[in-house]
Amino acid sequence: MTPTDGLQMFLFLAVVLAAAVPLGWWCHRLLDGTWRIPGETWLFRLAGIDPAVGYSGGHYAVAVLCLNGVGIAVVMTLLLLQGVLPGNPQGLPGTSWHLAFNTAVSFATNTNWQSYGGESTLSYLSQALGLTVQNFLSAATGIAVMAAVARGFARSTTTDLGNPWVDITRVTLGLLVPLAAVFALVLVWQGVPQTWGPSVTAQPLASGEQVIAVGPAASQIAIKQLGTNGGGFFNVNSAHPFENPTPLTNFLQCLALIAIPAGLALTWGRLVADRRHGRAVLLVMTLLLVTALGSAWWSETRPVAGLAGLNAEPVNLEGKEVRFGIGPSVTWLVATTAASNGSVNAMHASMQPVTTLVGMALMQVGEVVFGGVGSGVYGLVLYLLVTVFVAGLMVGRSPELLGKRIEAREMKWTAVALLGPSAAILLGTWLACAVGSTSIANPGASGFSEVLYALSSAAGNNGSAFAGLNANTPFWNVLLGVAMLIGRYSVLVPVLILAGSLAAKPRRAADAGTMPAHGPLFILLVAAVIVLVGALTFLPALVLGPVLAALGSPS
Amino acid sequence: MKPVSVDVARVLRDSLRRLAPQAHLRNPVMAITWLGAAFTSLLWLTALAGHGSESPAFVGQISVWLWFTVWFAGLAEAMAEGRGRAHAEHLRGAKQALSARRVSEARVDAPVTAVEATALVPGDLVVVRAGEVIPADGEAVSGIASVDESAVTGESAPVIRASGGDRSAVTGGTRVLSDHLIIRITAAPGDGFIDRMIALVEGAKRQKTPNEIALTILLAAMTLVLLLAVVTLGPYAAFVGERTGTSGTIGLATLVALLVCLIPTTIGGLLPAIGIAGIDRLHRANVITRSGRAVEAAGDVGVLLLDKTGTITLGNRQASAFLPAPGVTEEDLARAAQIASLADETPEGRSIVVLAKERFNLRSEAPAGAVVVPFTALSRMSGLDGAGLCLRKGATAAVAAWVVDQGGTMPAAVTAAAEGAARGGATPLVVTDGPRVLGVVVLKDIVKGGIRERFADLRRMGITTVMITGDNAQTAAAIAAEAGVDDFRAQVTPEDKLRLIREYQAGGRLVAMAGDGTNDAPALAQADVAVAMHAGTQAAKEAGNLVDLDSNPTKLIEIVRIGKQLLMTRGALTTFSLTNDIAKYFVIIPAALAGVAPALGGFNPLGLGSPQSAILAAVIVNALLIPLLIPLALRGVAWRPASASQVLGRNLLIYGLGGLLAPFPLIWAVDRLVVLAHLA
Repeated sequence: MTPTDGLQMFLFLAVVLAAAVPLGWWCHRLLDGTWRIPGETWLFRLAGIDPAVGYSGGHYAVAVLCLNGVGIAVVMTLLLLQGVLPGNPQGLPGTSWHLAFNTAVSFATNTNWQSYGGESTLSYLSQALGLTVQNFLSAATGIAVMAAVARGFARSTTTDLGNPWVDITRVTLGLLVPLAAVFALVLVWQGVPQTWGPSVTAQPLASGEQVIAVGPAASQIAIKQLGTNGGGFFNVNSAHPFENPTPLTNFLQCLALIAIPAGLALTWGRLVADRRHGRAVLLVMTLLLVTALGSAWWSETRPVAGLAGLNAEPVNLEGKEVRFGIGPSVTWLVATTAASNGSVNAMHASMQPVTTLVGMALMQVGEVVFGGVGSGVYGLVLYLLVTVFVAGLMVGRSPELLGKRIEAREMKWTAVALLGPSAAILLGTWLACAVGSTSIANPGASGFSEVLYALSSAAGNNGSAFAGLNANTPFWNVLLGVAMLIGRYSVLVPVLILAGSLAAKPRRAADAGTMPAHGPLFILLVAAVIVLVGALTFLPALVLGPVLAALGSPS
Repeated sequence: MKPVSVDVARVLRDSLRRLAPQAHLRNPVMAITWLGAAFTSLLWLTALAGHGSESPAFVGQISVWLWFTVWFAGLAEAMAEGRGRAHAEHLRGAKQALSARRVSEARVDAPVTAVEATALVPGDLVVVRAGEVIPADGEAVSGIASVDESAVTGESAPVIRASGGDRSAVTGGTRVLSDHLIIRITAAPGDGFIDRMIALVEGAKRQKTPNEIALTILLAAMTLVLLLAVVTLGPYAAFVGERTGTSGTIGLATLVALLVCLIPTTIGGLLPAIGIAGIDRLHRANVITRSGRAVEAAGDVGVLLLDKTGTITLGNRQASAFLPAPGVTEEDLARAAQIASLADETPEGRSIVVLAKERFNLRSEAPAGAVVVPFTALSRMSGLDGAGLCLRKGATAAVAAWVVDQGGTMPAAVTAAAEGAARGGATPLVVTDGPRVLGVVVLKDIVKGGIRERFADLRRMGITTVMITGDNAQTAAAIAAEAGVDDFRAQVTPEDKLRLIREYQAGGRLVAMAGDGTNDAPALAQADVAVAMHAGTQAAKEAGNLVDLDSNPTKLIEIVRIGKQLLMTRGALTTFSLTNDIAKYFVIIPAALAGVAPALGGFNPLGLGSPQSAILAAVIVNALLIPLLIPLALRGVAWRPASASQVLGRNLLIYGLGGLLAPFPLIWAVDRLVVLAHLA
């Protein structure tokens, strides 16, 4: 590791944590209704929403499912019909049904897996009206659900978890739109295109002509980073010089993809009226991120076996943008798999095995190390429940978290939420190995990693790709689409039911006999439980993928 | 309590009966283990027939050890039940075929019909005379008698049971020693106190407690996750093997072995035993519960409501000082007080005699021909006349009025001393000889020895202690300060108790209390953990969820300890079970995948003999952990009062880190043995 790399990494973490404080404060003001959007009353009246009506856990889930369901239908329609719709200067045809399904699900679930190549497959209208709208809504959905879950802890003997329409509206208009607007302008200033004009044709020095794709990119890239979406405007995502033109945009995009999840950890603490707990959650995430970053960095900066004996500095730059180098590439990789962003600025298949293991593990534990906006925190709540359940017993109390007793009903839905994505990854990988192997480009253990990575990315709602997999086939599009749906809703619906169950209970007062939900022991314990549960579930699979690759299997 | 011996043959028989599949239907972890054992048995048969890649010797040994795992789990449960049953048999001795004499009305000379005790229904009246056994639970409606309740309580001293008041409840199976009682039966046949106790002890009626259900769900989820991980490993390995050209696969017996080692068999096997043992520990403390639920709730208690009298202080006030009037020596006062109290059989009177003896070695005899003046509600004094003495002792106001009546005056110094004692929470008794006032005897509540330390322990565990008393605030404050309780409520009526409990519950605390009177019943019913005194009324016993056979309210603290220990044991063994898995992965995964990826087979930091011996060693260690930990499950983990963070830190170190590290040396040692014995 060079000193510059270390400094950059430290600076990055410092800026993330510093940004988390005001973001956490602001989101809390939005979600607890202290600050209202100017004119929102008028907006709600127009839409026929009574902001005073509180939803129960089940109703909240139904509302969110309806919103996302309509979103999927709209995006599918746009993609299938884009050939005859306006905003299509390249004259691209409508997509296949399976690609439309996969892409619509992908953006509505905040996964943003891309089976398509952006500039060569989707019209400007599809990108702007379909994908970008979902980028905002899926992010707002995650944050709203987190707020509802927080209310389950904060409120006593009630069924009222808040109003999803109010939450989603306030988050979208009060947080995501303003931030994205400013960020888009910064990106335009740094050279990212924002135009409705057609691709540009250039005359290179060599013979022939080169078509240079442009479009309304800046506006989409801003929200793709901020909303932990990750679906790029261009096929190669943030490795593309128009999507990520300068070191400054690289730093800002990397910051943007993780800042809101970090802030939301603090918002969570404020919402449940225990700010020390909020800081503890942020520190759990930070601890795991630093560990992941350290391991990835170590593996990428080790001498590469393939370059041994050459009269050159053994730097592993294959698959990385030389504009950024090892440091920013590794930071991005860890950040994008930790937060469920999925945008990439380097090819993950080219990374060292330990790095890919780190990335996969971060996705497989359910995207809870920062994770998706909102979904990271409510996913982490599942691990908090498991932790306090076992640890709470060890202090001789029947378990409770933040004053709410954890009983059979809570454990049942926690189990469903933890099992759903894991089952999708493990069984999906099995199915893919049996049926979809023709799409696999890499040989041996790497080929297995490719499959495992794709399913982990889909079920974790991350969306980053390992590269090498040709996923645009009916089998893969449907498999990954289903995995994304399971990954999103087998967690989202149970946590809302859980929150409803918790809201109905009285909140117990804490005393010296209560296990504190903060402090070093709690932080270490939660981190250990995340690692342990992840390891127990995925270690055998990881051994056959990246671990085997690291041991140098014939490939 | 008599020592009880466990029927070893029956325990073994019961444990073998638990090898049947239906014994594990409610326990998903052991159900999977049973299936694994059965499946490997079939594999062994096919291996004998020459199918499969694994040798029959290897598969057969795996199968045997999986059956051992199932058996050990059954053994743990049977042992816990065996201990409980021994206790129950002892009780059942009291419940031989009983006959009863039914009467039609509550008169001792009413016509009598002889019936079987089992034919009695609630509402029946029976008469029980000296030497007879009470046929069923009931309530005395007429008569007073001494009753030997040692069959239930283990306490040999007889107790008084009388109609009306707070001592009217009687228990079936106990023996009337003197006089007679007419009893209204309150329990249906087979549902009496002893029946319920036996059923609970034997585990026949043992329902899973809420926390046990929640934990079972968590364990089932872990089992399912690991099942997925192992089931998919086979095809993954085949896929990788095919693509890397080794064409290796994983044997089915190896996969089953891996699965059983990974699923939380230790806690899964010991979970029922832990619950039964917790209730058994409670019974050994002479506390009976109707369900395990109350034991769990005891661990969660945040507030203890404690009656002052009998719980914090000894039952009665005791003389603690003599404050003589001017011109009187302390010894003269002591002598007069002792003589005045000789005929006073109340504990207060006894304590005055004892104090005078201790302080001045006085052993006064009653003067010949003296006449005892008994205490009356009207005079509010007692004393002794004769031999030139006219001694009276009593409350300040009553004695002052009497002295004035006798032509004397109440010295100001005595009045001041009496008021001073009252301010300090004590009760002053003024002693006078005719008109000559001799001084004040101070009666004080005596705080039980060691109670202050126990309250300090409770405070460390985050439990608030609240003393409730009918005394005035001044007296209460003094006792509260001396005993070191966190809070007190004075001049409390039964309605106040109920209100107080609701207040604490509204503040999110769980409240425990002990009570015995009928007027305690509403508060007992409201409290989360309610310990009724066995000597108390039937109403109190019905309202409470625990009954203390020793009728010792301080037992509440013991009950909290047992509740906490039960939960801690569950948590500790769950943690141990889960952290164990890391070591098992470490050993089995490389061994299992050796054929698929030779690079992994080379990963053998423990230096185990061969992939087969490694897998076998892991399975053996996994099985043996259950019997190794049965004593811990039955005894409960070590417990000392400390804050939640300290307890957690300690248990994590022992059971978390211990669970992570312990399997390595164990597996290594068993692997050596397996290699030496040429088992693999």
